Amino acid sequence: MMRTSDLVSSAARALRANPMRSALTALGVIIGVASVVAMVALGSGAQAQVERSIASLGSNLLIVVPGSMRGGGGVRAAAGPGAGWDSLTIEDANAIRQQVEGAVVVAPSQRSRAQVIAEGLNWNTQVEGVTPDYLVARDWEIAQGRFFEDSEERQARRIVVLGATVANELFPNVDPVGQTVRINGGAFEVIGVLASKGQSGFGMDQDDIVLAPLTTVKRRISGRNRRADSVSQISVKAANEGELNRMQQDVETLLRQRHRTREGEDDFTVQNLSSITQAAAQTTQVFTYLLGGISAVSLLVGGIGIMNIMLVSVTERTREIGLRKALGARQSDILHQFGLEAVTLSVAGGIIGLVLGVLGAWGMTSLFNLPLVVAPQNAAMAIGFSALVGVVFGAYPAWRAAQLDPIEALRRE
Amino acid sequence: MAPPLIEAHDVVKLYQMGEETVRALDGVDLSIERGGFCAIIGPSGSGKSTLMNIIGALDKPTSGRIVIDGAEIGGMDDEGLAGFRNRTIGFVFQSFNLLPRLTALENVELPMIYGGIAPAERRERAAALLHRVGLGDRVAHRPTQLSGGQQQRVAVARALACRPALLLADEPTGALDTNTGKEILALFSELSREGATIVLVTHDAEVAAATKRTIEMRDGRIIADTNNERISRHDAHV
Repeated sequence: MMRTSDLVSSAARALRANPMRSALTALGVIIGVASVVAMVALGSGAQAQVERSIASLGSNLLIVVPGSMRGGGGVRAAAGPGAGWDSLTIEDANAIRQQVEGAVVVAPSQRSRAQVIAEGLNWNTQVEGVTPDYLVARDWEIAQGRFFEDSEERQARRIVVLGATVANELFPNVDPVGQTVRINGGAFEVIGVLASKGQSGFGMDQDDIVLAPLTTVKRRISGRNRRADSVSQISVKAANEGELNRMQQDVETLLRQRHRTREGEDDFTVQNLSSITQAAAQTTQVFTYLLGGISAVSLLVGGIGIMNIMLVSVTERTREIGLRKALGARQSDILHQFGLEAVTLSVAGGIIGLVLGVLGAWGMTSLFNLPLVVAPQNAAMAIGFSALVGVVFGAYPAWRAAQLDPIEALRRE
Repeated sequence: MAPPLIEAHDVVKLYQMGEETVRALDGVDLSIERGGFCAIIGPSGSGKSTLMNIIGALDKPTSGRIVIDGAEIGGMDDEGLAGFRNRTIGFVFQSFNLLPRLTALENVELPMIYGGIAPAERRERAAALLHRVGLGDRVAHRPTQLSGGQQQRVAVARALACRPALLLADEPTGALDTNTGKEILALFSELSREGATIVLVTHDAEVAAATKRTIEMRDGRIIADTNNERISRHDAHV
């Protein structure tokens, strides 16, 4: 029986004898593995990005909006005015706070679009009337200044907190805190600036917003064409994710009682952000598998290239195989020798492909501003898969070599 | 008396050539003693190559018995034959059959690799054998850097690497000029004197005359078996 070290050095020697051919053969696998690695990394990056941006809306969150949304869809965070769209009230929010077990924070809010003006600059944005609990519900931080307090909210004070985008647009060179902005003809003092959250999972700029006390917005900005106590959204935060489904049912039951509606005829919708996150993550995961699967085709082509070259090599080295057999090489020795050459080619291609794939993924993710996600098990799988390609596509040529009749093989010129 | 190294009894080899069945060997009886130095001679198609393949354990007879060094060839499977070739037979070919990418030393090591011999011992034995065939200063040369005669000496060293019971040479001088051919034959004579059993297959009567015994074949049968030593002391180097 041949020693393993001799087997390895004999395979390495055979591959070095035709460096150009070996390199080109490995190139097929290199491209295959590199594209699989890059595509899967890109897909995983997109997935991580989606999860991260949905999580930026706030974690463990139920969002109640007016109107029914049968068949699901995206988050209707900005429900527009119109019939049936003012069914949700501040009293509903209070009822949820008192009666739904596990609700850590219940934050009603009212959105409305408005033109915000400051020192000759103006910006069209969302003005959202909120209570201080809103920051807790949305896991939002204050970057400069302060947020308003419950007492200021109740007094409908003319104060606002600007989102990062609005602050940049209206006060490019000045500290916004302490400045005055005009909304719908009224003057409001800027008391703080929110920390930046970036884009949401749905492409909206979450920083393009102005937060003001809910009562202020109801009375001075949006109140005119709505019921006095209606809100456009109620955010309900749970202590942990496990309670979300139960709480969603509790909220739905409570609101049905209050609105006297039956199941299926709801005039409100409760959205569970964690289930939306899961659905979105699943979509991107399917996308990742799809990309990986398409790239795997090129790996297959690389494997066929190895098979082709190994068959050529067996034909060229027929005489050598005959000689080796005459000198005492067993069929298994020849099988292992040629099989190992194929596996060496494919694994070397796999390692180089992995490096190139990670580099490519790094380039693409930085181009698209995505996080780079290369899971170690994916890298190991890429190497393992390329080894498998070598075994599968090297098996037939090696078997052919092993089966050669030494007498015939030695006679061949 | 010790049993002969090779003992063949009524060996028949049939080949199927399309519709026709060719009797390459048609009942060969043969006995070669240990330490013998003989030539199998005959025109092409006489069956001498088939006989050599069977003696070399590259092929099995269709019927009949052939025992080499106590082992019956017909009863072995492929793996058994490979191991048997490795341990018992040393091949020398007409066209040397050295691997061009390996040095002389590595070529001599090759059968020992399949014999599972440790690298250090392999190198030592290969170097000693190359020294023995007069190429002690050529160990690191590749076949292309050696003359034909030198290449055949490397091949002889390779054939001796696993200390075979039988040295089997197929037209060993066929690719060499007359003088170099004589040198190689002289090397075989030396090895024979040292106790090796050698079988040469050739169509050249002059080469056959350099051995001690000539077995002549025609149409798959042995037609003559002559002891050369009784006729003349042809080998001038003795």
